[in-house]
Amino acid sequence: MSFLDILAIIIPAALYTAAPLIFTALGGVFSEKSGVINIGLEGLMLFGAFAGVLTTLALQDVVGAASPWIAILVAALASALFSLLHAVASITLRADQTVSGVAINLLAVGLTVFLIRSIYGKGQTDFVDFRLNKEDLPFLSDIPVIGDIFFSQVPYTSYIAILVAIIAWYFIYKTPFGLRLRSVGEHPMAADTMGINVNRMRYIAVLLSGAFAGIGGSVYALSISGNFTGGTISGQGFLALAAMIFGKWHPIGAMGAALFFGFAQSLSITGAQIPFLKDIPSVFLLIAPYVLTILALTGFVGRAEAPKASGIPYVKGKR
Amino acid sequence: MQKLLKNDRLFNIVVPVFSALLGMLVGGIIMLLGGYNPITGFGALIDGMFGSPKGIGEMIRAASPLILAGLAVGFAFKTGLFNIGVEGQLLVGWLASVWVGYALDLPTVIHVPLAILAAALAGGIWGMIPGFLKARFKVHEVIVTIMLNYVALYVTADIIKRYLYAGNEKSYKINESASLSSEFLASITNGSRLHWGIAVTIIVAFIMWFILDKTTTGYELKAVGFNQHASMYAGMNVSKNIVLSMSISGAFAGVAGAMEGLGTFQNMTVLSAFTGTGFDGIAVALLGANNPFGIVIAGLLFGGLNTAAPQMNFNANVPQELVEIIIALIIFFVASGYLIRLILMRFSKEGK
Repeated sequence: MSFLDILAIIIPAALYTAAPLIFTALGGVFSEKSGVINIGLEGLMLFGAFAGVLTTLALQDVVGAASPWIAILVAALASALFSLLHAVASITLRADQTVSGVAINLLAVGLTVFLIRSIYGKGQTDFVDFRLNKEDLPFLSDIPVIGDIFFSQVPYTSYIAILVAIIAWYFIYKTPFGLRLRSVGEHPMAADTMGINVNRMRYIAVLLSGAFAGIGGSVYALSISGNFTGGTISGQGFLALAAMIFGKWHPIGAMGAALFFGFAQSLSITGAQIPFLKDIPSVFLLIAPYVLTILALTGFVGRAEAPKASGIPYVKGKR
Repeated sequence: MQKLLKNDRLFNIVVPVFSALLGMLVGGIIMLLGGYNPITGFGALIDGMFGSPKGIGEMIRAASPLILAGLAVGFAFKTGLFNIGVEGQLLVGWLASVWVGYALDLPTVIHVPLAILAAALAGGIWGMIPGFLKARFKVHEVIVTIMLNYVALYVTADIIKRYLYAGNEKSYKINESASLSSEFLASITNGSRLHWGIAVTIIVAFIMWFILDKTTTGYELKAVGFNQHASMYAGMNVSKNIVLSMSISGAFAGVAGAMEGLGTFQNMTVLSAFTGTGFDGIAVALLGANNPFGIVIAGLLFGGLNTAAPQMNFNANVPQELVEIIIALIIFFVASGYLIRLILMRFSKEGK
């Protein structure tokens, strides 16, 4: 097996598993840049997966292959609505943001499986008929060498995710909206003095994080798992959180980290096909993202620092 | 009412009780919306908890690890630390207890305490890591503990597969001499799986109360939790206290794992997802207001809700997950204590 053949297995698989992580990690970036910790990404993703699969199942007989794409949009809306709970609790009611995020995670599992049982009378849904298939990009996949490695056998959502990461970077670092978002997360009192409505910015940011996590969750369900159970997301949201931190709260960094984590995850599956990798116990590949994140936080892999005001509810007039 | 709001200690009791009631109320509304009868639902839930000796036995059995997880979270909270890593510490404790329980052959009086200590030690070390990283590198413990949960999940599964594998995704059973299970407790509760773990749990709750309220160390731990800078100027070693607090918290969580390993299951499964006990422990600690006694009560409540859920499903056809919804809602309400304070203030103003 030549090196290029190996790349043609590894890289499409990495792109495939990274897409949900990229979307969700971007959601995390928005929320945390505004100063609201979002441990609830896991639950928001699960809710998105739930909404995505239900919508696809409902629409697939009517609109066919377009149904998963509509489902992603519905999932974004649904999870944004769900994240409103986190926003109200942690911004308006000044609840501990970590605790509220934990509650979101528990509530998402309970609520979605409760609804699935009420609707279908069993603990999981059927498999959807139309998935986000792995496809060869037209023209680009015909390029010799690169075509096979980067543009073949990957769902479109992976490229969209990368594109969205670049757009998110532009929004956060190059527009007035982004400047306000960051200022609210770094020094809310200064931002308030300059006439920015701190809590409104934070609400927008949390809702955005919900929408992105919803997209991530539905992309995961509709490309990788194919149906919905309470265990569908199993840690992807926390992995996305790790990617956001490893990427140092920066959209492009988060995307890079998500790609890398996707790569590590896919290696634990595709590794068996690849000569020198099959000797490495899969447990090392499984724990690599988490260990690396801890190392990144301690400063061994470049220090990662959170926005200054993250985790602190803003109370007007309080020093 | 005004008096009540000024009295923080009383308020600490009012918020959890109020939250638990609100959680149940919203749970009832969700049952209604889902087309179920809340009265039958809650009836079945209460019947499942208290309706039979077996139900009570199962409730207490399920409560042991929950209480211990709650004590672990609560202990860290007291030092101003948030230990989300109870789940991971529980897993390594579980594995350690099973390993010692299986590999050694000793008289029961030594074997059981030794296996529990091994679990406490394993959990303590797992908890010490985020404590050390926080003290030394100022890394936020929440993130590290979340990451370590996954490391624990995958590593314990791998170790079982490698060294302790008995087939069928399970480890070897522990030796009889390390078991906490009891014919006597099972017989008085009509064949439930109740084991001596609850006694261990009560002892640990007592230890937590003793450390925090009766020792200098406990005073320092709480002082660091209230105000790090003031503690430092008072000559306390903040770093040492952070590491110590996380280690003790982790040790409690490890003992929670021993409850599963030496009591309920007598072995360990190759897990592919979390048990959820560690996360429920956060709810238990919040509801118990971080007080050992409160945590025991809250743990019994959640243990009962969890074990009675199948009964509710059977009698009233309500999906079991309703219990998880109620637990999550209770966390929301306790965390939003501000809301409850507002509501009560409003009421008291109108009353005047």
